[in-house]
Amino acid sequence: MNNVFFFFFPALRNRKMSEPARHAKKSWKKHAPTFSLSKTVLTITLLFLFIPLFVIIIYSFNDSKGAEFTHPSFIWYKKLIFDSQPLWEALLNSLIVAFTSATVSTLLGSLAAIGCSWYKFHGKGFIEAVTYLPMILPEVIVGISMLIFFSGIKVPLSLFTIFAAHTTFCLPFVFLMVKARLDEFDFSIIEAAHDLGATDAQTLLKVIVPSLMPGIVSGFLMAVTMSLEDFVITFFVAGPGSTTLPLYVYSMIRFGVSPVINSLSCVMILGTSLLAFIMRKGLKTFAASH
Amino acid sequence: MKNEDVKPPAASYKSQRINQGALYSWPMGVWFIIFFIAPIVIITIYSFLKKGLYGGVEPIFSFRAYEQMSNPKYGILVIRTLRIAVISTLITILLALPCGYAMARSKNQTLLLFLVIIPFWTNSLIRIFAWMSILNNDGILNQILLSLHITKNYIQFLYNQGTVILVSIYMYLPYAILPIFTSIDKFDFSLLEAARDLGANKPQSMFKVLIPGIKSGIITAVIFTFIPVFGAYTVPLLVGGKDSYMLGNIIVDEVQKTRNWPLAAAFSMVITLASIIGILWISRANTSDAKMKAVSTKEENYVTEAQK
Repeated sequence: MNNVFFFFFPALRNRKMSEPARHAKKSWKKHAPTFSLSKTVLTITLLFLFIPLFVIIIYSFNDSKGAEFTHPSFIWYKKLIFDSQPLWEALLNSLIVAFTSATVSTLLGSLAAIGCSWYKFHGKGFIEAVTYLPMILPEVIVGISMLIFFSGIKVPLSLFTIFAAHTTFCLPFVFLMVKARLDEFDFSIIEAAHDLGATDAQTLLKVIVPSLMPGIVSGFLMAVTMSLEDFVITFFVAGPGSTTLPLYVYSMIRFGVSPVINSLSCVMILGTSLLAFIMRKGLKTFAASH
Repeated sequence: MKNEDVKPPAASYKSQRINQGALYSWPMGVWFIIFFIAPIVIITIYSFLKKGLYGGVEPIFSFRAYEQMSNPKYGILVIRTLRIAVISTLITILLALPCGYAMARSKNQTLLLFLVIIPFWTNSLIRIFAWMSILNNDGILNQILLSLHITKNYIQFLYNQGTVILVSIYMYLPYAILPIFTSIDKFDFSLLEAARDLGANKPQSMFKVLIPGIKSGIITAVIFTFIPVFGAYTVPLLVGGKDSYMLGNIIVDEVQKTRNWPLAAAFSMVITLASIIGILWISRANTSDAKMKAVSTKEENYVTEAQK
């Protein structure tokens, strides 16, 4: 089951390899012909992945409204910043949901990870098994089942229902990230703290929490990202007046495309890249720290 | 080995406070029971109830939804969804295998991972929109074709099954590349050397040694591509046409338009069951993998001990 986790965070894989294996990996390259099929496929695939993004970025600097590129300008960026009131309201909603759901899921997920990796108790197997399901179940199913659930218990759709749904699908990621950190945890530092006279509370706040911090912070960032970009689940559990940014983007795509969406997309792509960059560094130190 | 040295203090720490674990973990467990298990249980029950007059359900047991599902009209839909998912998954995996291989053998792993992760984390709607602005009637592809005089008129690239497959591949390619990359990166390349020494040619060593060795990575990649495409909603909605109406779309339409909730619930059960089978498959592949790993580390330990 761990594969599911490492698939999302390959950098966290413990790359311990025996000496002969590492040598073989290096020298296997000697067999490689000058033309490498796999490298060609990789290059083409990366182009395939990035061309659409570049098209959007180029269009965002296009002066005209049509598809033809006239000359570069920042007009759509100006419109995005000064003339898109509903968009900013949607962004505000998104940020409120992202931070509340990321906070709650970080709190619940980290505690649960500590419980599941250090203790034995009733229902541990159940909790661990149920954590994987929201990650793999298609979003439509999660969204529809929550919609039916909320309408069944007569909870009106609002920002609160979005918050509940987002917390649910963020929890597994936080849980698994913190758990990976815990699996590498060195218990002797807890004993050392106790030997040096620390109370339980002191040990928790001054020893355990700081050493788990990298895992908790990356879990939190991951949760914020997932919440900010979710469309399908939000689409079902959002009520009137609780439009989030992806819902707004959807309505822009569906009903009347204004080139503002290009500049918005460009900003979002840059934001994602920045976040990936921050996370990458965090993940690398995280992986290198043991 | 190192981990085992650390275990004893951990074990004693565990035994001191055996009940705190429940206190730490059950809040999340309760959250999942309320906001995840309960909704799934409710749609399971709904799928066996009678349809309400204006949406919702009446509390009368009935198999009607499952009977309706066997209507040939829906049979075509299921087969179509399966076909789109199978084709997309197949092409995705065929592309992801060489990509993962090239990435695992590259010196710039970090950079390549970064490049794969950017489109992976970019908002899915924006990625779909990017394709829409490329393939649109006055999109960039038609413009290029027209200006090069390859075609005389606009070609409608959007709103058909081919586009749904193309965009699905685009959406889930990173999902497939990452687990394949990880398992090739961990693969013991001395096995490939051994195969070559024993007279296998390169394709033979690839297909008989490497591919079986990274089986669990491939299975994870298959599941993480197949299930989301099988339950796709946004892609067929935005770039698909009449011939690419899929299961995800009918579920949503039954809930929001036709308001036949039991039928939507029954269709959801189909997708949920497919997903659960997928999870069981991954975990089985992983346990057999772990067993093999355990055997090989044991052998390695014998070797190091013998060397001492």
